[in-house]
Amino acid sequence: MSNLVEIRWHARGGQGAKTASTLLAEAALSAGKYVQGFPEYGPERMGAPILAFNRIGDEPITIHSNVENPDVVMVLDPSLIGPVNVAEGLKEGGVIVVNTNLEPEAVRQKLGVSGNYTVATVDASGIAVATIGRDIPNTPMIGALLKLREFLPFESFMERMRIDLERKFQGRQAIVEGNLNAMRRAYQEVKQA
Amino acid sequence: MALEIKQVAMTGNEAVANAIKQINPDVIAAYPITPQTDIVQFYSTFVANGLVDTQMVTVESEHSAISATIGASAAGARAMTATSSQGLALMHELLHIASGFRLPIAMPVVNRAVSAPINIHCDHSDTMAALTTGWIQIYGENAQEAYDNMIQAVKIAEDPRVKLPVMVCYDGFITSHAVENLVLLPDEKVKEFVGEYKPTHELFDFDSPVTFGPLVLPDYFSEIKAQQAEAMLAAKEVILEVAKEFEKMSGRKYGYFEGYKLEDAERVIVVMSSTAGTAKAVVNELRAQGEKVGLLKPRVIRPFPAEEYVKALSGAKVVGVMDRAETFSTQGGQLFTELRAAFYEAPERPLMRNYIFGLGGRDTTTAEIRKVFEQLKQDQERGSVDRKVTHLDVRV
Repeated sequence: MSNLVEIRWHARGGQGAKTASTLLAEAALSAGKYVQGFPEYGPERMGAPILAFNRIGDEPITIHSNVENPDVVMVLDPSLIGPVNVAEGLKEGGVIVVNTNLEPEAVRQKLGVSGNYTVATVDASGIAVATIGRDIPNTPMIGALLKLREFLPFESFMERMRIDLERKFQGRQAIVEGNLNAMRRAYQEVKQA
Repeated sequence: MALEIKQVAMTGNEAVANAIKQINPDVIAAYPITPQTDIVQFYSTFVANGLVDTQMVTVESEHSAISATIGASAAGARAMTATSSQGLALMHELLHIASGFRLPIAMPVVNRAVSAPINIHCDHSDTMAALTTGWIQIYGENAQEAYDNMIQAVKIAEDPRVKLPVMVCYDGFITSHAVENLVLLPDEKVKEFVGEYKPTHELFDFDSPVTFGPLVLPDYFSEIKAQQAEAMLAAKEVILEVAKEFEKMSGRKYGYFEGYKLEDAERVIVVMSSTAGTAKAVVNELRAQGEKVGLLKPRVIRPFPAEEYVKALSGAKVVGVMDRAETFSTQGGQLFTELRAAFYEAPERPLMRNYIFGLGGRDTTTAEIRKVFEQLKQDQERGSVDRKVTHLDVRV
């Protein structure tokens, strides 16, 4: 299971972390991977801190607990840094991707933890507003993730995402294109240090 | 066996809803608000889109949902509902009626805690409280097993030797709401497998009229209950027959339980449903270090295949039985007490201890499973268990 990638999403209710974990799982499955995508259910209110998880690998996955030692941490709302220890359990050599317009170095300082991991930043909210018209940063965050962890070639992943999004947003083509553009921009604009 | 293999990503509930779509029952009754699951929400979409012929009846409570299902089933329809947690508790008196009427209702139950305190998450306290209601109970580890069990349940329930209702149980949220890989069978294969429902007795058969639910006084009540017990015994054989036939169609093997690296295992964990998957990962890890550990994952606990469980565990030195529900007997969980009783006449008995775990959705990680195996090892070295019943991962 050495190629297993475990992801933990930190977000606030309403930002689409559950959808992101589901979309990522579906697209990775289409690419022939074994996948899991699940949120941690709690009191489901807008704005409350929530968690979601992914496991993606080349072999069947039998572990059915939450991800405790993620390879990747996705932070959809930078205001969670501080109140929530988003770096908890992060594996050596792991990566934290944060939705912010700050530089990676500034975020690393805010995180206040040292160690051998990458900090990446992308203005997913800004991108979402520009492309989708609303601050739903989940799909651009997937775009950024693909830059940092290549599950499969970006273009073919985008093809699969298109199929999944078209199924999800039946007939609302502008939303589909907006999300795909958001992913593409985030893929290009993510910075790491 | 040239089957079209179609990998899909679905939640457990979506998978089970798809199984029911392929079964295409005549009637589904559902109370469409929590604690109902999104199985019936998915299903209502199938109905609205004309993908099934099912008559969908929305009712005002879980009590009414199972009542309507019982009524439809007695009338000769293939009828279903789904439930969870408090909903199953509210159905309780009707559970006895479904089995007492010998109605072959296959019902998914998404295992969730029963309040209080209020909790929506996984444990097995809902179905464990229904063990004495005369329903067959089958548990699945993941979405694939939930899907496969749903299809097999229909055939087990409707077998003329059985004619008993079946609960198809799987873990709330962990399985019901997590997206993972599974393979769906082609529609026509499922249709062919479950066949057309031919009730042996039905209310609307006016040529041979029958009565469901008459008053039965002490002169016959015991006979009726003894027949139900006989049917439960007959189900043992039917469950294996159906599993064999299912394997022929799908390539996926089922039995009363799954033994994982059991053959030469000295220390064995017994645990049902999703946690069995987590335990497999730990067994792999410990085996790689040369530890003789294994897992037994019960699938069928009603009927309780006692002899088969004893045989499967006969080589073990220490067995840790993990129950995801309290019985408050102070003597351990249901699985533990039944397995211990099963060993009463066995020539050799392993040391056995019990863990009550994962209540109200408490996450059971590989670290917790490792801890259990570590304690089993200490017990083996000591030659006795240091504690019969332990609440795992609980603050003291």
